[in-house]
Amino acid sequence: MITFLGLIVTILVIIAVARIIRILELTAKLSPPPAEEITDKDNNSQGNITLVFLFLFMFFIFYTTWRYSKFILPVSASKHGVEIDMLMNVNYVLIFVVFFITQILLFYFAWKYKHNSNRRGEYIPENHKLELIWTIIPTIVLGGMIVYGLSVWNGITQSDHSKETNVQLIELYAKQFDWTARYPGKDNKLGSAYFMNIAPNNPLGIDSLDKHGVGCDDVLTKELHLKVNQPTNFYIRAQDVIHSLYLPHFRLQMNAVPGMTTQFYFVPTITTAKMREITKNDKFDYILLCNKICGAAHYTMRMKVVVDDDVQFTEWMSKQKPIVETNVASTTPAEGNVIALK
Amino acid sequence: MENQAHAIEHHDAHGHDDHHHEQTFWTKYVFSTDHKMISKQFLITAIIMALLAMFMSMTFRLQLGWPDSKFPFLEKILGHWAKGGKLDPTFYLSLVTIHGTIMVFFVLTGGLSGTFANLLIPLQVGARDMASGFLNMLSYWFFFGSCCVMTASLLFEDGAASGGWTIYPPLSALPQAIGGSGLGMTLWLVSMVLFIGSALLGGINYVVTVVNMRTKGMSMTRLPLTIWSFMITAILGILSFPVLFAAALLLVFDRSFGTSFYLSDIFINGVPLEHHGGSPILFQHLFWFLGHPEVYIVLLPALGITSEVIATQSRKPIFGYKAMIGSMLFIAFLSFVVWGHHMFITGMNPFLGSVFVFTTLLVAIPSAVKVFNYIATIFKGNIVYSPAILFAIGLVSFFISGGITGIILGDSALDIPLHDTYFVVAHFHIVMGSSAIFGMFAGIYHWFPRMFGRMMNKTLGYWHFWLTLICVYGVFFPMHFLGLAGVPRRYYANTAYDQFDQLVNINSMISIFALVAGVAQLVFVFNFFYSVFRGKKASQNPWNSSTLEWTAPVEHIHGNWPGEIPTVYRWPYDYSKPGAEKDFILQTVPHSETESSNHAGML
Repeated sequence: MITFLGLIVTILVIIAVARIIRILELTAKLSPPPAEEITDKDNNSQGNITLVFLFLFMFFIFYTTWRYSKFILPVSASKHGVEIDMLMNVNYVLIFVVFFITQILLFYFAWKYKHNSNRRGEYIPENHKLELIWTIIPTIVLGGMIVYGLSVWNGITQSDHSKETNVQLIELYAKQFDWTARYPGKDNKLGSAYFMNIAPNNPLGIDSLDKHGVGCDDVLTKELHLKVNQPTNFYIRAQDVIHSLYLPHFRLQMNAVPGMTTQFYFVPTITTAKMREITKNDKFDYILLCNKICGAAHYTMRMKVVVDDDVQFTEWMSKQKPIVETNVASTTPAEGNVIALK
Repeated sequence: MENQAHAIEHHDAHGHDDHHHEQTFWTKYVFSTDHKMISKQFLITAIIMALLAMFMSMTFRLQLGWPDSKFPFLEKILGHWAKGGKLDPTFYLSLVTIHGTIMVFFVLTGGLSGTFANLLIPLQVGARDMASGFLNMLSYWFFFGSCCVMTASLLFEDGAASGGWTIYPPLSALPQAIGGSGLGMTLWLVSMVLFIGSALLGGINYVVTVVNMRTKGMSMTRLPLTIWSFMITAILGILSFPVLFAAALLLVFDRSFGTSFYLSDIFINGVPLEHHGGSPILFQHLFWFLGHPEVYIVLLPALGITSEVIATQSRKPIFGYKAMIGSMLFIAFLSFVVWGHHMFITGMNPFLGSVFVFTTLLVAIPSAVKVFNYIATIFKGNIVYSPAILFAIGLVSFFISGGITGIILGDSALDIPLHDTYFVVAHFHIVMGSSAIFGMFAGIYHWFPRMFGRMMNKTLGYWHFWLTLICVYGVFFPMHFLGLAGVPRRYYANTAYDQFDQLVNINSMISIFALVAGVAQLVFVFNFFYSVFRGKKASQNPWNSSTLEWTAPVEHIHGNWPGEIPTVYRWPYDYSKPGAEKDFILQTVPHSETESSNHAGML
């Protein structure tokens, strides 16, 4: 019944619109319509609206920035993240300057030079000096930004950590739709893994699960615990499709790609407890998200992250059991390969 | 004039064929080889596709804005994809995927280049038609077929492709990974193959026509900037689309014939797959080798149209004509060496990343030059506010707002926290999506009289512009904050995580702006179709423009000009020349004709 009524209403509306158009047309015939020429009145009103828009636009930019900046990620919880934030701020100052200068000029000129029948446009086809100025200045500024940006990037990705001995290795393993963390256990070595080994008792496909294998003391967890100020190296793998390891609070992201191992080296600097104070939020928790579309439940794929101090971390770790103890059955031993730190 | 009125009011093919041989309905309106008709076909197809993609975006904005609400009417429309009025997560991903694909390829590539390159190249260079009318017709029908296949893919049981418009394998290669990677993905690939065929046929035609068929006196430096932009765009397309073709072909092999170009070491649904030795990263390299030039394939025609519209309506020559051409060429060159900036965090060698940072940030230089030149063009102009120039100014505003955030995203270190967040969504929707669509609107309002012999209603045009401009900023500016808060894109809902949950107000506001923007587009659609049939008759040169297309009769005739093709004597931007009688001098006026027009200007 409702569908039927809806149909009738729709038809009536269409008929009404058609009638109105027809009436408009007939009345238009009686009095010849004004040409679609742009009149001085149009030029005036549109020109003035550009100026009004400029003011509203600037107000909107300031208002939203003021209102929403509280949602922006809090201070970075990693060493390199602080540098990224600094670089971001410098960039922001720069682009805001460009933004305001160009937008204001654009809409101001649009208002100022609206059509006036007593005037003509000025014939200025070019001006080499001006063009040179606005080519060279952006070039110099961008040159500086490239150098600065690349120094931060190289610091994050290209530094040599091979001499460091106290690096905590953690593997993060992605599959539809969850994350697993693997800690190396007492030997501080992660056993190598191969996708053909994956089985119910060996969800990550570790090669050497027998008692003497490198992987036997590895610890699998569903919560990621990090030790504060501890250099940490993530090894990232995926089981099925591409996922992305995204830890926004640490300014850390790296894709997890099936068939290859990716890495990210970083140092967490703020414990969960401290961050709760900073954000004034008792329930604050760091989070690890999947940030590459990976299937229907992509949006649910996440993991809780906790940054502990030394005592808490040791205590937590002591409660975790190595994989051999949680899985009674062992798989075929392979050679005791290890993932070497580059 | 009478003849032309006759032509438009009576849609028969017989009443007015004074100038050429008799045509049937089929050869005139359907399988036409006339560039003007093909241009209209492209435009109308693109408008229909754009509406479809826009309704998709409105649907998923409902979900994002009010994730806890139910919309029972959705179930009526979408059936099992919205059980109980709640959008299905897989279908949400399909909507996002197909929205992106349609907008990028069908509207802003096929629709924009197809419409305006077809309409303007022969008319502005002074040619009777395209170099090959037949290839041109094929180009449209490939495009049409491709649109049909893509639309049809929405109707199948498993749903349309749902791996994002970038269709990264293995997700797109494995039907067991997501529903849409079955038949939906196959149809996506078929559609894309047809589309690439269309783009290549069209592109070759455009380049050949511009290079070979310019009229007497039309040297390359007397071409309007529109033509330069269409030609550069076509060259970009010819060089980059075949790479996407190759990528798609290899994906078809992986999907259907068990090869391992992109797949390796995969264990899914409890089974290890036999694929071995491939790399998903290879696909990304191939995809973005097209994907990045594609951004400029979308943007350059819009910038070309803007140059033309801003100069004409400001009654001033475009500032720095040669710098404009130079910057377009430089952008086009750079667009081939920046694709890696989409892949900073894929595990690509970080050193390679550094190289791409360098090339990417260089793009800002020619872009800045273009922006300053536009501003300098309206400076001391005498702006006649047609809806077209409003849209052109809107484009420049978006090009600035979206371009500057590109400096941030192009910086690999900053890309680490921002990659694949809403910051990226905001960036490319402003700089590529909205800019290009505004360029397209500017073109439609400006050349509508040239296409249909009638004017569009200006008042509705003004409403359309201001509503759209405000809504675009209302939608995409707040999205930057979502990105800076770390909200990932392509999430069906952000409610699962407290810190994102408090952002739901921003999302509702964005959705409201998006819905209003959608309604504003209906104003345009009404204005467009109403004006096609009932618009006010146009005069031959309604904008007092100096370019060649306005010397052809209002009525569309085969061969464009009734007699000889006019000869060109000057560059296309002689507006407000000191001493000249009017504030424009047509390109066909010889320098010697009047004392005042003797000033050679710059060329």
